[in-house]
Amino acid sequence: MLQAIADGILSGSIIALGAIGLTLTMGILRFANFAHAELVTWGAYMALGVLALTGAFMGPLEPFSFGVPLIMATLVAMVLTAALALAIDWLVYRPLRGRANHLTLVFGSFGVSLLVRMIILLIFGGGAQYYSNTLQIAIPVAPGLRILPDQVFTLGLTAVIVVALHLFLQKTRLGLAMRALAENPELARVNGIDTKVVVRWTWIIGASLAAISGVLYGLTVQLRPEIGFHLLLPLFAAAILGGVGNVFGAVIGGLIVGLAESLSVLVIPAGYKLAVPFMILLLVLYIRPTGIFAGTVGGAK
Amino acid sequence: MTAPLLAVDGVVAGYRPDLPIIHGISLTVAPEEMVTIIGPNGAGKSTLIKAVAGILPISRGTVRLAGKEITNLPTHRMASVSMAYVPQVANVFTTLTINENLKVGATALSKEDAARRIERGYEAFPDLKKFRHKKAGVLSGGQRQMLAVARALLTEPRLLMLDEPSAGLSPLMVSDVFQRLKALVDTGVAILMVEQNAKAALAISHRTYVFAEGRNRIDGPSQEMASNEEVTSIYLGAGGRKR
Amino acid sequence: MTGFAAYLVFFLIVALTYSIVVMGLNLQWGYTGLFNAGVVGFFAIGAYGTAILIGPDRAHLIGGFGLPFPVGVLGGMALCAVAALIVGMATLRLREEYLAIATFGIAISIQLVALNFESLTGGAQGLVGLPRPLFGLFDSPASYNLFYLGVVAAVAGLVFLALETAVRSPWGRVLKAVREDETAARSLGKNPAAIRLEVFVLGCVLMGLAGGLYVGFIGYVSPLDFLPILTFQIWAMLIVGGSGNNLGAVTGAIGVWALWAMSGLAISRLLPVAYQSQGGAIQVILIGLLIVVTLIFRPRGLIGESDSVSKHTGAR
Repeated sequence: MLQAIADGILSGSIIALGAIGLTLTMGILRFANFAHAELVTWGAYMALGVLALTGAFMGPLEPFSFGVPLIMATLVAMVLTAALALAIDWLVYRPLRGRANHLTLVFGSFGVSLLVRMIILLIFGGGAQYYSNTLQIAIPVAPGLRILPDQVFTLGLTAVIVVALHLFLQKTRLGLAMRALAENPELARVNGIDTKVVVRWTWIIGASLAAISGVLYGLTVQLRPEIGFHLLLPLFAAAILGGVGNVFGAVIGGLIVGLAESLSVLVIPAGYKLAVPFMILLLVLYIRPTGIFAGTVGGAK
Repeated sequence: MTAPLLAVDGVVAGYRPDLPIIHGISLTVAPEEMVTIIGPNGAGKSTLIKAVAGILPISRGTVRLAGKEITNLPTHRMASVSMAYVPQVANVFTTLTINENLKVGATALSKEDAARRIERGYEAFPDLKKFRHKKAGVLSGGQRQMLAVARALLTEPRLLMLDEPSAGLSPLMVSDVFQRLKALVDTGVAILMVEQNAKAALAISHRTYVFAEGRNRIDGPSQEMASNEEVTSIYLGAGGRKR
Repeated sequence: MTGFAAYLVFFLIVALTYSIVVMGLNLQWGYTGLFNAGVVGFFAIGAYGTAILIGPDRAHLIGGFGLPFPVGVLGGMALCAVAALIVGMATLRLREEYLAIATFGIAISIQLVALNFESLTGGAQGLVGLPRPLFGLFDSPASYNLFYLGVVAAVAGLVFLALETAVRSPWGRVLKAVREDETAARSLGKNPAAIRLEVFVLGCVLMGLAGGLYVGFIGYVSPLDFLPILTFQIWAMLIVGGSGNNLGAVTGAIGVWALWAMSGLAISRLLPVAYQSQGGAIQVILIGLLIVVTLIFRPRGLIGESDSVSKHTGAR
């Protein structure tokens, strides 16, 4: 039970990082980006690629399984993931943005998600991979509860990122512009905000967080081309549960989805774990479509 | 006559290029002049202002500000040509605080200028200062209008465009808003506004344009227009709501 | 029959089955603007529903009611309607993309049920040895396949005629109104959410019908026949054919399925064994490219879309 809660919080924090980017893009770009979860996969594999090219030329930083190389690789992966997001925006979403039916964008992202997943499969192959072959020893912290140092790192990093992002949105001009744009794009332009610039930064931030989320997933679980496909529903569930456009909500939503997935195994067969986010999603849509914390762009029409 | 500040010439515009709402409208606004546009529903009054502000695409005709062509100006660059626009509804960010609304309005300014001018804005609108850390969503219609105007003035525009500043306000608030606009003109700002409250608009503005079906109908000094038979019978009698 | 002719019959049966799915999706997307990201889920519900109802009784399985094939298909379609109602009622009064997300969710969930609920679905092995309707009346599998092609073609033809009649009826004009100007539709006294729900359920029921026909032809169901890629393939068929055009939907189904089959053949013939899995990825990439490129450059589809319904996918 205790272990399930700890595991749930861990996977919840990874979902939360992905969901923050998704909720920002859904709130600011105003469409459900089916390709967002693929950015998570892309980020994870880009870090793997950088590690493979540079080699693990330094030992791990005890007690973690990774060292400076993975941290550097993650930074590169963030840049490469942001680059992919911007390239997709320019190549696919920009030409579709003017169309009368905005679902055309959703459709486009749906096609893009397949392309990104298959390109990763083509480059890296379909098998499971790991950043490091070092086996970590779980530290017993309480009866029936063991935690890996990497998991503690994951939690700590998530907390730091969430606080930093909150300060960014509250205190900086760009953060303010993002919140203004999420509420009313036309009024934002009237106020002198260049929406193109804000959209660009939204992609960069969302994609960078997705990359971190992917690396943490790879670190604590494993790397597979299907990471994104399996994360898509949890991310959407977390973003909608927390209120679309609401960063804090996405974090709480992510934790709830992670915990629910992890605790569900105590009641239903493990095979159905992936359906839990869907159940949460349906429940939210039936009971409170604006999410727990009404987002800037609520679900109701 | 002095050279116009704003010169709109034969503008055709609408939400879609193939479906124009205004079909060749022309008008001018002189420096420090207050001009109103009146007309029945669907006359294209708001469309014209939105086209000048770069919100709606112009498919033919030109817009000049102080002699410089600004046709299809990107909306976010309005401040750079010394122009500001206050939309009719949804004219403030309800999820941001009053202070944040003003900060967003000062996007085009340096941080130092922004802080200084926001302070000056609070001096001009002391009510806003009281609520500075409240969400704009809690403000009344009149207070929102004040906030929207205060925000538009941050960039010190030479031309201020307003879409129905009196919409949804009590008669008392209407006269308050109009007095403030009048005072603004005295400080050197030119105003172009759309009004459905034709009587009040004719009473305070210098000149008035009447639009009908997306075209210029008649125009002239507001005093003359107020006694023009056509205007009085059609527009002052039945003050139809603008869409 | 020669090998090629036999293959052609087989190919056409599958392509025409998919064309029914595409027509269902066309009703949702092409005529009403509903985005269904879980097409494969509804196809699978129809297939599994049919299989469970017509299958022979087996001790270790819950299903196996041995019902006649048409009853089984109708049952599968009814199950589809229920699933569509659950998803539709949750989402159709909300932002449009919520339907897309929820349908994606139901497809994942159905996949999980197919894999894990072994006593109902047979798990990874699936349900095998299902009776094929009227199989006993034919002396060879080839002549049976020819007969089944006739059945599928007749059903697809009926669906086509019914949809063409429906979209030209007053009901069809309401769909267009709902899609293009919701306020206008409401002012005509139509409830857009209710119309959307009708269309969504009807489209999903057609997908279920196709699922049932598919089972009757192959005689078994397994999770491998309902992989997520099928949703993308169906979408590719629709957008290539031109959404809002039923003839295009059928043509797109045959065209894209032919492309898929030929590219698969080319990969298995030309690529060394070691690279076969990469070849499969390339095949899927082609489907993704087909969707994205058509969407950007030929929003009316490669084959064409009738003008009356072109506005929403067309450029402004």
